[in-house]
Amino acid sequence: MKLKGAQILFRALEAENVDTIFGYPGGKVLDLFDELFRSHVKNILVRHEQGAAHAADAYARVSGKVGVCMVTSGPGATNTVTGIVNAFMDSIPIVVLTGQVQSYLLGSDAFQEADITGITRPCTKHNFLIQRVEDIAQTVKDAFHIASTGRPGPVLIDLPVDIIQMEIEEADLPVVTIPVEKSQTPIVEECQEALTLLARAHKPIIFTGGGVVLGKASQELRQFVKQVNIPVTSSLMGLGAFPASDPLWLGMLGMHGTYYANMAISNCDVMLAIGVRFDDRVTSRVDAFAPNAKIIHIDIDPVTIDKIIQSHVSIIGDCKATLRIFNELMATGKYNMPAGQTDNWLKRVAAWKEEVPLGYCTGENIKPQCVIETLYRLTEGKAIITTEVGQNQMWAAQFYRFDEPNTFVTSGGLGTMGFGLPAAIGAQVACPDRLVVDIAGDGSIQMNIQELATAVNNKLPVKIVILNNSYLGMVRQWQELFYGKRYSQTDLTGSPDFVKLAEAYGATGLRADKPEEMEAMLKKGLNTPGVVVMDFHVEPEEGVYPMVRPGASLNDMLLK
Amino acid sequence: MTKIKEKTVSILVNNKPDVLARIAGVFSLRSFNIESISANVTKDPGKSKIILTTKGNQDTLMTIEKQINNLVDIIQVSDLTKIPSIRREMILIRLKVSTANQNSIIQVVEKLHGRVLSKEEGYWIVEVSGDVDEIDAILARFDKLGMDDFTRTGTVALEQIA
Repeated sequence: MKLKGAQILFRALEAENVDTIFGYPGGKVLDLFDELFRSHVKNILVRHEQGAAHAADAYARVSGKVGVCMVTSGPGATNTVTGIVNAFMDSIPIVVLTGQVQSYLLGSDAFQEADITGITRPCTKHNFLIQRVEDIAQTVKDAFHIASTGRPGPVLIDLPVDIIQMEIEEADLPVVTIPVEKSQTPIVEECQEALTLLARAHKPIIFTGGGVVLGKASQELRQFVKQVNIPVTSSLMGLGAFPASDPLWLGMLGMHGTYYANMAISNCDVMLAIGVRFDDRVTSRVDAFAPNAKIIHIDIDPVTIDKIIQSHVSIIGDCKATLRIFNELMATGKYNMPAGQTDNWLKRVAAWKEEVPLGYCTGENIKPQCVIETLYRLTEGKAIITTEVGQNQMWAAQFYRFDEPNTFVTSGGLGTMGFGLPAAIGAQVACPDRLVVDIAGDGSIQMNIQELATAVNNKLPVKIVILNNSYLGMVRQWQELFYGKRYSQTDLTGSPDFVKLAEAYGATGLRADKPEEMEAMLKKGLNTPGVVVMDFHVEPEEGVYPMVRPGASLNDMLLK
Repeated sequence: MTKIKEKTVSILVNNKPDVLARIAGVFSLRSFNIESISANVTKDPGKSKIILTTKGNQDTLMTIEKQINNLVDIIQVSDLTKIPSIRREMILIRLKVSTANQNSIIQVVEKLHGRVLSKEEGYWIVEVSGDVDEIDAILARFDKLGMDDFTRTGTVALEQIA
């Protein structure tokens, strides 16, 4: 039997257990989209290719599987680039399938041609330009393997239209070989060295990152912390790996971290850093970051070791395997701390917590922090939260207390405005029975607002909470603090009526202006079936605090 | 710490069209120049060996080496500045020849175990090779003898079996 390239591609996707992709058709991928009629794979039709990439990204974060998107050549492909960089920065496994002009026209400036493998070479983990129909199946196998193993990341496959139209006898197809996995087994001696160092600590801290979430090591982390009784802080990407309801939880550290997390980091003597890359939003001034601490750094990617912060003990390995070894070693009883060794430290940390808790003042207007706190209470902390980028994102990280991994979906590394709504769509596809809420600002929601149509048409009942301050809030806050309150181009007055906009898309729109309306409206919005846009008009010039000024050390915080 | 060092690395790669661009990309991202590069197919035609020299801050070079190692089509990266190896370079030099400098040229070429490859009207092309540390001195010498133009292979290197 003869098989077409497009058919081989979909068979290969099915072999990788792909059931849903996010895509948008175009001239060079007609054959691929036609194949949908014969395949078990379902496509979620987005309204912009950037939305497809973000939705695939969030789908991957929530489901733990590889996310897939499929777009046409040229502008279709280039529109995914922001989404690809976003996944690259946050190490999210996605496979991006792009159409391409005929292979014999490559490089001729053909209609809707873009050198997408060239464009995405620095922002994919790897990419492929398929040149023979025989290579399709193996390339898909390799792409999924590369995307999901080691430090995960995006992989792009560029598919010239003549190759996907080409036919080949099934019998002539080469056998697909299974790629060999590189060993990521941590070295036991290094684990012993790490635990020996930790057992001598008087002021220890555990700092976890996205690697714990991606490495599915949350249970192992919780078990370890139970044994060692050390306070835990996390980067934005690591939220949920350790329960925020645990007394040892310090909240997020860094630029908008809690006072107590930043103070603990600045005063600790041993830091166990797990699955982190020491991003500048975490460290701020590098030479003042944990200045008196011996650093134990665990990460799956050797590149992150000693790149920003010099470690004293480093372990290259996946977080789950490493923490398993840690737990086994702890069970021997050889690495227990002498009783009472950290008592003073734990008292000190508790005192910092009491001195400056996370908070805000109430006033005449709705406070955005209060919306998030109420959302947390009404959803009992069980919603999957996606965010846009800016103040809304930081307030969500501070005031929604995540107890489970893979429930906070945010653009950490790239800080992509317009991520939250398509991400909510991807998350809802992955978990149809969960409540998914996009926490947005009035600026960023407009960057991919067209995806409301995707949510409504696919009956994906995402709830959107807009913290509407009529400003590009985070930039305004910087202008307030560092540019003499000169609000250049951050006043977003003139945005559309989000209630009417929601209705125009076939969603429900609600609006609240006064603090006393807030909770009732939130309750109503969450209980309304289908897509709901909740527009909260909040205190216009509310800021995110604490704040570490760029370039300052972590213990030097603006508290209000 | 900004210790500037020259480094020669040998990179064994899958012989694919975009592999060189990927390696170059890692350097350009860090604004590092590649000082010289030579690439050849190995005994196994599916694999190429790239010998590359660069200069820069040691810590950053270390990160770059690890980043190259992370690339999919890279099989092995070895730092030849850290292990015993022979590092040589070949130069082709075109010289303006007259009766006045002819004998000096022949003398120098012989001393360096080089060869005169072509003798056209008034111009010779000679081939010399040398240890990477000698190349600049050799060029300076030929410059005085009427060097018109030259081309260099860049460093080629092979590790010694100790």
